Amino acid sequence: MNILSFLMLLPLIGTAFIALAPKTNVLLTKQIALVTTILVALVGIYMTISFDFNAKGFQFVESREWIPAFGIKYALGVDGIALVLILMSVLLTPIVVVAGWNESEGGRWSPKVFYSLLLVLETMIIGVFASTDVFLFYVFFEAMLVPVYFLIGGFGSGERAAAAVKFLLYSLFGGLLMLASIIGIYVMATRYGNRTFDITTLSQLHTVLTPMMENVLFLGFFIAFAIKAPLWPLHTWLPDAAKSATPGTSVLLLGVLDKVGTFGMIRYCLTLFPEASKTFTPMIITLAVISILYGAFLAIGAKDIKRLIAYTSISHFGFITMGIFAMTSQGMSGSTLYMFNHGFSTAALFLVAGFMITRRNSSTISDFGGLQRVTPIMAWSFFIAGLSSLALPGLSSFVSEFLVLVGTFTRYPVAAVIATFGIVLAALYILIPVQRALHGPTTPGNENLSDLTLREKIAIAPVIATIVVLGFYPSPLLNIINPASQTIISQQGFSDPAPTMSEGK
Amino acid sequence: MIEFVSPTLDYALLAPILIVLGGAVLGVLIEAFAPRKSRASSQLFITLATLVLSLVSLISVRDRSSSAAAMESVTFDGAGMLIQGSILLISIIAVFLLADQENFTALAAALPGSDEERASLQQDLRVTEVYPLTLFAIAGMMLFPVATDLITLFVALEVLSLPLYLLAGLSRRRRLMSQEAALKYFLLGAFASAFFLMGIAYLYGYSSSVTFAGIHSAVIGGSGNDIYLLLGIAFISIGLLFKVGAVPFHAWSPDVYQGAPTAVTALMAAATKVAAFGAMLRIFYVSFAEAYWQWRPAIIAIALITMVFGSLVAIAQRDVKRMLAYSSIAHAGFLLSGVIALSKSGLESSIFYLFAYGIATVGAFGIVTLVRDSAGEVTDLNRWSGLGKRSPWVATAFAGFLLAFAGIPLTSGFIGKFSIFSAAYESGSTAILITGVLSSAIAAFFYIRVIVLMFFKDPVEDGTSVVIPSIYTQITITLSAVATFALGIYPTPLINFIQSSAAFLR
Repeated sequence: MNILSFLMLLPLIGTAFIALAPKTNVLLTKQIALVTTILVALVGIYMTISFDFNAKGFQFVESREWIPAFGIKYALGVDGIALVLILMSVLLTPIVVVAGWNESEGGRWSPKVFYSLLLVLETMIIGVFASTDVFLFYVFFEAMLVPVYFLIGGFGSGERAAAAVKFLLYSLFGGLLMLASIIGIYVMATRYGNRTFDITTLSQLHTVLTPMMENVLFLGFFIAFAIKAPLWPLHTWLPDAAKSATPGTSVLLLGVLDKVGTFGMIRYCLTLFPEASKTFTPMIITLAVISILYGAFLAIGAKDIKRLIAYTSISHFGFITMGIFAMTSQGMSGSTLYMFNHGFSTAALFLVAGFMITRRNSSTISDFGGLQRVTPIMAWSFFIAGLSSLALPGLSSFVSEFLVLVGTFTRYPVAAVIATFGIVLAALYILIPVQRALHGPTTPGNENLSDLTLREKIAIAPVIATIVVLGFYPSPLLNIINPASQTIISQQGFSDPAPTMSEGK
Repeated sequence: MIEFVSPTLDYALLAPILIVLGGAVLGVLIEAFAPRKSRASSQLFITLATLVLSLVSLISVRDRSSSAAAMESVTFDGAGMLIQGSILLISIIAVFLLADQENFTALAAALPGSDEERASLQQDLRVTEVYPLTLFAIAGMMLFPVATDLITLFVALEVLSLPLYLLAGLSRRRRLMSQEAALKYFLLGAFASAFFLMGIAYLYGYSSSVTFAGIHSAVIGGSGNDIYLLLGIAFISIGLLFKVGAVPFHAWSPDVYQGAPTAVTALMAAATKVAAFGAMLRIFYVSFAEAYWQWRPAIIAIALITMVFGSLVAIAQRDVKRMLAYSSIAHAGFLLSGVIALSKSGLESSIFYLFAYGIATVGAFGIVTLVRDSAGEVTDLNRWSGLGKRSPWVATAFAGFLLAFAGIPLTSGFIGKFSIFSAAYESGSTAILITGVLSSAIAAFFYIRVIVLMFFKDPVEDGTSVVIPSIYTQITITLSAVATFALGIYPTPLINFIQSSAAFLR
């Protein structure tokens, strides 16, 4: 069996074991989930090691007939970009399990349901990144909504039902627009002689499409991904969903699932519709810059810690989108690395926020205060996560943000300059809550908070370690990403602009 | 002097229909002669045996196709047999719901609220006529899509409709509403039949022929008066659009769906729709194909209105049966895309969609029969809240069917929607694709709302109790759920089967 299929099968096996586990033995359920996700992570690491950096195109390819009548295949394969995102997903999932050890209790349903949904979701996440068949991708893209919907609605807090519905409706709406485009592509491909959903074959289709057709099809895909990503002004579901979901679910939602949007922009928008991508680039870059600033401003004003993190993500996704549509190999690599790093820094923030919230039973920032004195380890973790989020040099996000800005600057200097203000604002939205929550006098009610338990330390340590290590030494990941982003840039006729300094010669 | 030619009939091909009719007659005899106690069980046995036998005989002749089976008044071809097979399979699944006698009145003739009714309830009488009536209706449904002359088509329409008018009035609870539904269904149905007959007259006037082939050659020849053709198509379409519940001929369906006993609603919503669309596909693909420029714009308009209207109005429904009725109106709009496509892939995807939708519908109504309180079924959506807490499996199954209706991947509904919209778009209807997709998004709203009610809301005080499903209802729900997901995950065998045999014989 192909390693990607195996990777997808593993969580399902775990789900089967959970289904067999006795209902009363919650611990066993959790252990099964943990062991499964760790195994998946190990297989993912093994896959990354055996990935050939220098080879072009998709690796670990598998292709079987699924619905031959429509030319639909069960086709998997990864390039550098997909590999990095799969790696991120499988590494974060066991951490989510450890960090949210008690999250599954107190929901509407038993922990068995929680972990089953989680594991099924992991399968779908791997599938969505690994599909090389557009139809298969769409199936995972949409089917993924169902477990997330139940994770938010069944185990969240506050207005969880409303948030879950909002999440689902936004995503479904985008997904259905994409379905229209997929049908469009399928019919066009059939008309031009090749009844297929294979991404490599379809990437040649743009040569025969009329510009009008290409633009319309592009928009169907792009809107779906912009909702998922989320890009301003389609972002409004995200803060609600992130606030209502459990911290673990939020990590998956913002850290992993939203990456499907930006991943889709690279894999589907740029690859399938290069001309339309160019046509819409000014508009998209504008939206991205607005997202960067808008998210940052809202984050500065946020009073709720989970909403704050959600808003910072909107800002970060603005950077990622900008880097993608700068259409330079630096921007592309930067964005891909950013996706990975954002996954970890958001995970760190959400996990620590989760620890804080469970202790204090509140997610209002002003309820915390003076944590530095009472719970130093927790405070330090939060601080490092925050610094990573604002892209301090030496932490992982810095490299990626730098690459994105450099990549954008060579083509859209104005946008890059404005986006730089986003970094300044980031300092504000991170340092203000850090100052409020960690320093100053201890807020009443905080005197007896306990510091991180061993389990929580185990959960947060690898995340912070990754952030620091990648901050100093990002090249292993860049080695995987670079060939893929160069392939995408060159294959579709984009080119890196010559350095502008040469004019001075 | 008129020379009388004795008809030659191909009994092997007609057998599936004849078996069902025979079973129905047998059922009538049992009603007349069997002791009351043994009726229910023997009727169920006979009905099931009849349907299975009919299916077997259908399978045994599946490779044959002939338009001469009954003097060209019926045509057996791949598409027709697929539709017949679908009707039989759906009926077999739906029949188990009939077996749950709690659905039906004790004495149909008794006035609601009268002493007679009370006495009948106390005596624990059971209406068992439902089985032969259902079999008659199924026989009509099987004849409907294979009929290839207008007279046979009309006879089939009445054979399938009349028993359903009666069945709609047999609900055990809310007798008045049920009888009103029956009356409404009958009156409007009769109205539609009248239009249908008028259409037949015009088409005969146009082509001086009542056979589909004759009309087809008249259309190709272009010899007749086009006004008659147009009027004929219009009036025939009204009759058919009424049966499939397309806007603006949909008004009966919410009331009838709500008033009829749920088991009957299930059969009506699923099998009747298959039959009616089968007939519609045949007459449009076979007889009117060359006149498509005359009917296509009108049918496209009706399809668009039906999709949007059904989805929008469903949002306002507070009753689960009415909601499903409006959802089925929206689905009729989606299905009309298959008629509009007018292509091989349009036909194939319509058949797949009909089968997938029919199965999920039977399952969904099967679940509706389970949610009850002391006064019978509870169809008020508010009182479904918290269902997931008390009966997780029932709620999960219902959510599964709703997701299939919404067209979420890995359910049969998604494959159906994908294929039928592709076919419509392939034939050039961009408007159908866009509207279809957008109204699916609207429709998703109310499907999801029900899921929210069941899973994320707490049970209300005067809540409902879910009766432990009888073994019969369990069979229905399990079979439909399994089929719904199996067809979503691996539809290839069915699609291949449909592709290899779906074609109309002209």
